[in-house]
Amino acid sequence: MEKVLLKRAETPGYTGSLAEYEAQGGYQGLAKALREYQPEALIELVKRSGLRGRGGAGFPAGMKWGFIPKAPGPKYLCCNADESEPGTFKDRQLIEQDPHQLLEGILIACYAVGILTAYIYCRGEFALGYRTLDRALQEARAAGYIGRDILGSGVDIEVHLHRGAGAYICGEETGLIESLEGKRGQPRLKPPFPALEGLYRRPTVVNNVETLCNLPHIVVRGAEWFAGIGTPKSTGPRLYSVSGHVQRPGNYELPINVSLRELIFTHAGGMRDGRRLKAVIPGGSSAPVLTDQHLDVTMDFESLATAGSMGGSGGVIVMDETTCMVRVGEIVTRFYHHESCGQWTQCREGTAWLHKALARIERGQGRPGDLETLLDVCDNMKGKTICVLSDAAAMPVESYLKYFRDEFEQHIRDRACPLRGAAGF
Amino acid sequence: MFAEETLKTFEQIVARYPVKRSALIPILHEVQARHGYLTQGAMAAVAEYLGLHPVEVAETASFYDLLHLRPVGRHLILFCHNLSCTLLGAERVLAHLERRLGIRVGETTPDGLFTLRRMECLASCGTAPVMQVNGEYHENLTEAMVDEIVDRLRRQD
Repeated sequence: MEKVLLKRAETPGYTGSLAEYEAQGGYQGLAKALREYQPEALIELVKRSGLRGRGGAGFPAGMKWGFIPKAPGPKYLCCNADESEPGTFKDRQLIEQDPHQLLEGILIACYAVGILTAYIYCRGEFALGYRTLDRALQEARAAGYIGRDILGSGVDIEVHLHRGAGAYICGEETGLIESLEGKRGQPRLKPPFPALEGLYRRPTVVNNVETLCNLPHIVVRGAEWFAGIGTPKSTGPRLYSVSGHVQRPGNYELPINVSLRELIFTHAGGMRDGRRLKAVIPGGSSAPVLTDQHLDVTMDFESLATAGSMGGSGGVIVMDETTCMVRVGEIVTRFYHHESCGQWTQCREGTAWLHKALARIERGQGRPGDLETLLDVCDNMKGKTICVLSDAAAMPVESYLKYFRDEFEQHIRDRACPLRGAAGF
Repeated sequence: MFAEETLKTFEQIVARYPVKRSALIPILHEVQARHGYLTQGAMAAVAEYLGLHPVEVAETASFYDLLHLRPVGRHLILFCHNLSCTLLGAERVLAHLERRLGIRVGETTPDGLFTLRRMECLASCGTAPVMQVNGEYHENLTEAMVDEIVDRLRRQD
């Protein structure tokens, strides 16, 4: 497939400056949107394109915008640039290598929804990304793309950059909003959803970096072009971050419905050292694991859901036969335990229990009944908390037990990890 | 407490938001960049500047991994120990780095030069294993590479 979002970023010598961005068609989407579209028509265009959120939930972007009330008064857009789902590194590339594409997307979204102020919530660890966006904002402001009366349209939009400080939960939209208000990033109970009561209790759109980067292309090339890629329900190109035991890890921009087999074996070059594929996490570490039986599954949201997993953030972690799935569970649950905001008992205690039990089994100190306890804890963690972090910790563990239960039982029976030390693990 | 130039930076930050408290984390970043970590005194001064109770500043600051409430070394090493990095040998390289620095994860070298921490996914899984030193990425790490990085930083000081 012809590259769209990464086309400029992957052109040799491209630095992402405003001059280069403009020379390659940059800001023509914004100009066209302001010139040819009323805000309402722009929302309709994005609805027709079928664009779905690329951050994790896959919610239709145009529909999200449509929930914002028309009543006057401040409304906000928050660009979620807090990319931190393990296995995902695509937004970082979009930010560092083509920052104006993101700014153009933000401006189009603001115009469509009637928003005058946008904040980019940039992950605290992204020092280079922050500097890059800061420079791009200054360039765009000086050139009249941001500020008052943009391109003579009478439209005013201000965009500010906000640096986070290291907390996965700030990628959850209400955690992000709390953090942007200067508080702990603890998610809010919903409803009300941010579309009605978000930042400063005002209507707020929260969109992911990649989602916003698609907008200039949809405006320039049309909703039909975008909807022509993928499936009727999952449209457009998507960036897949491939990591783990593959020959060529990296970000791959492909039709959203590429198969796991093509992604791993054609684009990412297949497995390292001639080893066999054992497991693959298709949508960031929150996604249930799949196995070599699932290689013909396509990566659109519906097909992955049917296969028992999810599209999530597009982070694809590939594991070969030397990988111990108990150890994988130990690492994944350690992450959710560390990142649980602590508000809700099932999440705070559940993530701790899962991690403790898996670490114990991996050390060879598992006990009969441990696996039933794990599943029972998982059951108590799902659908019962303020946000989905708790579910995101429980679902992977259930999936590891579903496909690799023998391996867990062997650890408990033999009081040892059969794969300890393999592949520097 | 704060120099005039610093206060000017604070004002620019506050001007971005309709509610002053939103400036808290960006201002704490500024203070930390100047002093290395957030002292009780500095946090109290930030609270006063923003019209917040000191406890409000402390409760926010204590939530975030990148806001330091205790001194850190001149070079802060954040070593990713999440799944993609571990699959490609992060624990082996990290153990080597501990030996090289003569400290365990979480500690600071006696000369105050290095603090070593484990970190969750740094969004660089395609070039694993990865660490950040003072916010800059070091990718596709090997034992030899971390030796070279540590030596270079030692020579700088």
